[in-house]
Amino acid sequence: MKKVLICLQKIEKDYISENIKTPVLKGITLNIHDGDFIAITGPSGSGKSTLMNIIGLLDTPTRGKYVLHGKDVTGLTEDEASLIRNKEIGFVFQSFNLLKRISALDNVMLPAIYAGISEHERRKKSINLLTTLGLSNRMNNKPNQLSGGQQQKVAIARALMNNPSIILADEPTGNLDTKSGEDVMRVLKDFNQQGKTIVLITHESNIANKAKKIIHIQDGQIVQYGN
Amino acid sequence: MEIKQLLKLALNSLNVNKLRSILTMLGIIIGVFAIILLVSIGSGLQSYITKEIAGLGSNLIFVIPGRVGGARTPGGVITNKLQISDAKNIELRLKNEANISGAIQKTSSAKYKNKSDKGVSILGASANYPIIVKTEIQSGSFFSESQERSASKVALIGQTVLNNLFTEISPLGEKVSIGNNRYTIIGVLEKKGALFGIDQDNTIIIPVTTAQRQFGVTSVNTIYISAKTSDLIPFVENKAKEILLKRLTEDDFTLQTQESTLSTITNITNILSLALGGIAAISLLVGGVGVANIMLVSVTERTREIGIRKALGAKKIDILKQFLLEAVILSLSGGTIGIIFGVVASVVLARFFVSEVTFWSIFLAFGFSTVVGVVFGIFPAIRASRLSPIEALRYE
Repeated sequence: MKKVLICLQKIEKDYISENIKTPVLKGITLNIHDGDFIAITGPSGSGKSTLMNIIGLLDTPTRGKYVLHGKDVTGLTEDEASLIRNKEIGFVFQSFNLLKRISALDNVMLPAIYAGISEHERRKKSINLLTTLGLSNRMNNKPNQLSGGQQQKVAIARALMNNPSIILADEPTGNLDTKSGEDVMRVLKDFNQQGKTIVLITHESNIANKAKKIIHIQDGQIVQYGN
Repeated sequence: MEIKQLLKLALNSLNVNKLRSILTMLGIIIGVFAIILLVSIGSGLQSYITKEIAGLGSNLIFVIPGRVGGARTPGGVITNKLQISDAKNIELRLKNEANISGAIQKTSSAKYKNKSDKGVSILGASANYPIIVKTEIQSGSFFSESQERSASKVALIGQTVLNNLFTEISPLGEKVSIGNNRYTIIGVLEKKGALFGIDQDNTIIIPVTTAQRQFGVTSVNTIYISAKTSDLIPFVENKAKEILLKRLTEDDFTLQTQESTLSTITNITNILSLALGGIAAISLLVGGVGVANIMLVSVTERTREIGIRKALGAKKIDILKQFLLEAVILSLSGGTIGIIFGVVASVVLARFFVSEVTFWSIFLAFGFSTVVGVVFGIFPAIRASRLSPIEALRYE
């Protein structure tokens, strides 16, 4: 049996606006193991983005417990969460979220800067990553000089920079054409085969099918859990 | 996050909005420039006046009629009760400790042949006047004691009188008319220049005894006392006061030492410097508001960047440092440019007017612009650091 990496216990999240409480997540219990490739799917408004924010420590649950890598991370301060995000979680966003004014290489190095890794080390590692992803001749380009697929690969390289335990990919193919989307999915699959745990959030079933497990969320609850 | 990386980041983002950065800096540049320049003018003025007063002579005590800051006759006119005999009394008693000269000052016109010079300041002084008040003679000589005693009609003329009356010939030995009397010119004074716009060279010096007859007065405008050594100043001052009080009351005269005059003027110019610096500091403050304003705009524009950085592991302090450093760089580089401009302007101004660059004003301006950067940068920076990462990532 593989080690449990993410353990969510009865996670609930309420949004309160103008004194009206809206429950978004209604008790999610979920274990994600080391080396998993899980797709979380569901219609918009189902709560999958909120779930991903909680898993990614960008948001905190209202109730419930979250254990990451054996450590209770439920009630962390913002800075403590930043520290764990930096070490444990690599984000891949739908809209890439690269910094526009700096080169691809500088973008990839960003998480390493906050981790305090030396310039020499981080440069070496990001060049390696970008080369692996076939972007060795694009390293000094700014994001707007790259195609969507290339930008998403830069974002993946950035996500891998600090060697995190999990890659959280939120609709990574949402802004890409079919071919680039497949390309990105192939890259994610490759990294999973090398041992990376990947949590993918998508509403497209053909993308979700590329994962090893699929979790379907509806109305803030897991309605289907399958392989 | 290492400082090198922070610096690179800050410079990069200032570079992207070049025009905006320069305009923001301009506010600081103007403020610092004004501080340096105005403080330079203030201290230039101070050292100019100090030099002028110190240049009058050494160990000087002035006795002037009336009480400074005291009671006046109705209409504010001082009745001059100071007599030439008072000067003589002091001289008699303090012969060994000081040199004394009573002085009569009147304004009159002087004529030579068909030329005339109006508004000449006529100074009646005693023969030892040059020992007391620095008086440089270009040619000829000062009058002697016997000339003073006999009330000779001899005169020394200043450069303005010389230029107005004697364009072609040497004035020595010529006769100049003051009122109905003709005076033989025995000397020409060195150029002194203007003090507060008053021409000090439009002057004629005659013996005090002659002046008494010329103007029909027995009162003097000033008694100049010069103590022979600086140690003697307090003694001479007290003694002179004692002597004068035998005949006069405290309201009739004021004794002022060179030092007390200097300290009064220093006080005034210090206040002036402070006021000028204060006005300039306000303009620097306005520049600081400009920095705060532009930093707030920058934070809003870069909300998404802040969100991305936070998602990737930036702590609050990392974001705070990033934005604070930008503000400090803006105001520090503005400050540096302002200092350079201010110093150059002060140096140029010194050629036409009084101005003196002081080091403390440079340090003050530099320190002040750093403080402005931190104070006005901290609020936007804190705002940036407190943005929630999810909100910031959602920001379009």
